[in-house]
Amino acid sequence: MKSALRGLVDESVTIIREVAAEFERPVMLFSGGKDSVVMLHLAVRAFAPARVPFPVMHIDTGHNFPEVIEFRDRTVSELDVQLIVGSVQASIDAGRIQDVTGPRASRNPLQTVTLLDSIAEHKFDAVFGGARRDEERARAKERVYSFRDSFGQWDPKTQRPELWGIYNGRHKPGEHFRIFPLSNWTELDIWRFVEEYDIPLPSIYFAHRRRVFRRDGMWMAESPFLSPDADEQVSEQTVRFRTVGDATCTAAIESTATTLQQIIAETAAARVTERGATRADDRISEAGMEDRKKQGYF
Amino acid sequence: MERLRFATVGSVDDGKSTLIGRLLYDSKSIFEDQLEHIENVSKRRGTDYVDLSLLTDGLRAEREQGITIDVAYRYFATPKRSFIIADCPGHIQYTRNMITGASNVDLAIVLVDARTGIVEQTRRHSLLASLLGVPHLVICVNKMDLVEWSPDVFNRIRDEFEEFASRLSLRDVTFLPISALQGDNVVSRSPNLTWFEGPTLLHHLENVYTASDDNRVDARFPVQYVIRPQRAEHHDYRGYAGRVAGGVFRVGDDVMVLPSGLTTTITGIDSPNGPLTHAEPGNSATLLLADDLSIARGDMICRPNNRPRQAQSLEAMLCWMDDVAPLQPDRIYAIKHTTKLARAKVTNVLYRLNISTLHRETDVRSLALNEIGRVELHTTAPLFYDDYHANRTTGSFILVDEHSGQTCAAGMLLSPRT
Repeated sequence: MKSALRGLVDESVTIIREVAAEFERPVMLFSGGKDSVVMLHLAVRAFAPARVPFPVMHIDTGHNFPEVIEFRDRTVSELDVQLIVGSVQASIDAGRIQDVTGPRASRNPLQTVTLLDSIAEHKFDAVFGGARRDEERARAKERVYSFRDSFGQWDPKTQRPELWGIYNGRHKPGEHFRIFPLSNWTELDIWRFVEEYDIPLPSIYFAHRRRVFRRDGMWMAESPFLSPDADEQVSEQTVRFRTVGDATCTAAIESTATTLQQIIAETAAARVTERGATRADDRISEAGMEDRKKQGYF
Repeated sequence: MERLRFATVGSVDDGKSTLIGRLLYDSKSIFEDQLEHIENVSKRRGTDYVDLSLLTDGLRAEREQGITIDVAYRYFATPKRSFIIADCPGHIQYTRNMITGASNVDLAIVLVDARTGIVEQTRRHSLLASLLGVPHLVICVNKMDLVEWSPDVFNRIRDEFEEFASRLSLRDVTFLPISALQGDNVVSRSPNLTWFEGPTLLHHLENVYTASDDNRVDARFPVQYVIRPQRAEHHDYRGYAGRVAGGVFRVGDDVMVLPSGLTTTITGIDSPNGPLTHAEPGNSATLLLADDLSIARGDMICRPNNRPRQAQSLEAMLCWMDDVAPLQPDRIYAIKHTTKLARAKVTNVLYRLNISTLHRETDVRSLALNEIGRVELHTTAPLFYDDYHANRTTGSFILVDEHSGQTCAAGMLLSPRT
């Protein structure tokens, strides 16, 4: 194996084990997106031949691509891990949040409440996330062990120094940590790992025909959750998804890449970042991600 | 393809962010949407050039104040190597952030403004790199365009630095003249610097020899996690998982477990990539042993004839990082050293190091934020450690405030004075 990828695997596995050793109730976020799939496979390898000693959790907006939900359920069954689903619809029904309406409505920001409620309900003290530092500027500043206060907030100004490979997970009841084992991975590293380790992914990452329409310079998929405006023309295109999230804010890219080799070549040659190309939620403002993270977002 | 971690230290005035922007830009690692974004912001602010520092300053407060506050990590790759940049703030009030960023790098780039030469900040950054045992240092004499590309200026700065550095323990220092603004000698050779026969910065980063930086002699394996599958098919499996902190462990090796002192033999090595014949520094591995010994997290596996030091009374260089409270001698802190958690108190501050002059100030009882000193400490349980300069993993620790939970100090263990 290429030594750069192996070094990343060694580092991530060490982080995952450290959390399992030091925290009472860890949980791993698992959406079926490529980063969380890679993270879960690393967890399996960290504890083999024993089972992964914590459950996985999906915060489901109810507006996900059906292919991804099907993949999620198949994967947890194959890897023999327990799945917990935190439902945004249930939070709406319970009156914890109000559903958003209107033509540009997205439940994406609503996930924060469901996420924090689920963490509190299960008393999780460590929540693994698949975020990478190369994704976004605020994330480039975040620690591997990222402290959250009792409101679930991230405060970038009081982050604990993180030296060598020594992690400090000390916290009081009600506080928790977000743990990012993939901090030092890049998008290309993820794809190379998927190829080398033969990791299955949801079909929507590969080029396929889909009915899409143009919005804000991006290809949005027509779905029960997202309809075009009167002036937005729907057409069938050959596309794939570079990221997988809520269907209302995740765009497809034009691509004919149907194999991992083709995707890796396309990723290596890409001239636009993955979030810039596909995530409507990051276009809100210069500090969109920083602000959402401060409130407890992923 | 190898991976090189390096830190850049310096302030905005030294052109640090411009240099990083240049490395990313010239190696085609900046994406169009990022470039478009910083072009727009530069234009909106009335800057008459594209401010590449906007790429690295990721927090709202940093953009508002125009300074780097916290370490940012950047990633780029060339066909030869992939790189992780820890972009560290240079100002004295962010010393702890620089130490954070530089603690585990292979190389540090210290920027010097050709017009001003070696200044207090240069000495401070080089001292910290030396204390942290950064194996390779690059002194980039920047803004050569503003001194008419003068070899005399460059040579004078190099001589001055070498005289100062003779008092430090720096293993490998390289001097490079560059101009980050237009990219002279950063990625490509410069027609303005024909007198310079050394490499470009990128060429140096791609080729600096790091394979001998790890300690491959003293075998050290801090036990992190015991793997015992509660399932029928692996009923007898008991593996000791961790990350090799030094030396090489091979199947068939005789090993000793500390603190028990019992010896046994390695019968197999598992890893995230399947079974291995041997595990090297940095590898995550699971050791399988011939005898059924009582081994727990925090124990250390080594070779019977090459053991780490073992002590409860220790000496260390300590950097204080808590901005709320200074070091309180005899107060109890939590200490984390490799996979071991214990409690510790600092019993004596031997001296405080003036990080600008290297003077040892002996009339101190405490250390405040960003201050560094040599201390004696006492722990509730023995630590199995090596001198930091022999092993950065088994030689380092952190102190944690048991009340606030903050990481309040970083320590580098030293051999006791004889």
